[in-house]
Amino acid sequence: MKSSNIASPELATVEVHGISRASFILRGAMAAGAAYGATAVGPYVSSALAASGGGDLAILNFALTLEYLETDFYTVKGKSVGLSGEAKSLATLVGQQEAEHVAALTKAITAAGGTPVKKPTFVFPVTDQASFLKLAYVLENTGVGAYNGAGPSLTNPAYLAAAGSIVQVEARHAAAIGLLTGESVTPDGAFDKPLSKAQVLAKAGPLIKA
Amino acid sequence: MSGSPSRDAVPPAGGAVYELARDDVERKRFLKMAGKTMGAGAAATGLAAFIAACGGSSSTSSSTGGSSSAAASTTTPSTSTSSAPSASGDLAIVNYALTLEYLEAQFYDKVVASGLFSGQNLSVIKTFQSDEHAHVVVLESVASKLGTPATKPTAKFPIHTASQVTKLAATVENLGASAYLGQAGNIKSKEILAAALSIHTIEARHAAVFNELLKMSPTPDGAFAKPTSMSQVLAAVKPFIA
Repeated sequence: MKSSNIASPELATVEVHGISRASFILRGAMAAGAAYGATAVGPYVSSALAASGGGDLAILNFALTLEYLETDFYTVKGKSVGLSGEAKSLATLVGQQEAEHVAALTKAITAAGGTPVKKPTFVFPVTDQASFLKLAYVLENTGVGAYNGAGPSLTNPAYLAAAGSIVQVEARHAAAIGLLTGESVTPDGAFDKPLSKAQVLAKAGPLIKA
Repeated sequence: MSGSPSRDAVPPAGGAVYELARDDVERKRFLKMAGKTMGAGAAATGLAAFIAACGGSSSTSSSTGGSSSAAASTTTPSTSTSSAPSASGDLAIVNYALTLEYLEAQFYDKVVASGLFSGQNLSVIKTFQSDEHAHVVVLESVASKLGTPATKPTAKFPIHTASQVTKLAATVENLGASAYLGQAGNIKSKEILAAALSIHTIEARHAAVFNELLKMSPTPDGAFAKPTSMSQVLAAVKPFIA
């Protein structure tokens, strides 16, 4: 790890309120490092950041891929397919929020010294508002399952807090779309099913072209 | 105590939740046992003791009043600064969630019984009622495995008009979602975390529905939902406990 990263990095967690304890301590350590020099805080910082190592970053990048997908779907496909009324206003709201998720995940991965995945090219087989909303329903519910499935594997508490903060919003999206389309707001019943990466890819994979 | 033998080999979380939901026999057996040893007095003060222990002394908490706040200031510090979570920490969190679910289940029971809703709205409310009762069953089971489950509080909710109840439902569900989010980082057991996550997003769905019915944003916090601390949530629900 470059000494410049340790001496004065920002700990760019995503913007959630209620700082996790580990993240709070790490910020304190970095502040101390700034005052007393890098060596005082070096080992502490490197072990804390190592805690959010390969496993966590892979999960964040997987989430980032899905958020890229959703953002593209709502903002680009949503425009081209031509939405109106409540569908249009909901798609606008949701698209803005998915874009914020992209920004936050990109920032977190970069701050951890990782490389954010490049935005893939997507293809969405929808032709009108009805088919758009049908796919939106699938995507949001898949997103909920993806985050809930990956959550317990995260080792960095700050990432778990962020994932929780994001997945709650995806669940709200899913419910709002369900209300609009007349589909169930709770398709899994009383407990949202966690999905494995393979299960998520089965839904989202066909939409990723490159 | 949160025990599966190998932390690396946690069984599929979905499986754990469904197992717990079906695991009724063990729960009933435990509760029978617990009922014999716990006197009525102990049971009645169970919730008060729980609130006292977990209400905490967070600077963000509002006054809880009475003896429970005095106890809170001398006992466990707020969860955000407490030492590393333990199995007993998980039990406290599960019992906290169970307490909230008990309140939500009774809320929906009262709403259904009120006759204020019909048609599609009643159908949605009955679905949510069923969801909360299912959450109670699972959390009772998890709590029983860890120790003593929380005593069911008696809920009191004002139920007057459809409009007022819809607003109250939005308040309760948004609070519930925020409560679960506030605890996600504190849960030690991966299995219990998975169960909590699977319930957390259901409360979020409920909240979004009521927000929409009220012509409010389904995402009042914007792109990132905000957590609420245990002490703040308990203070907020205190008026709903008889």
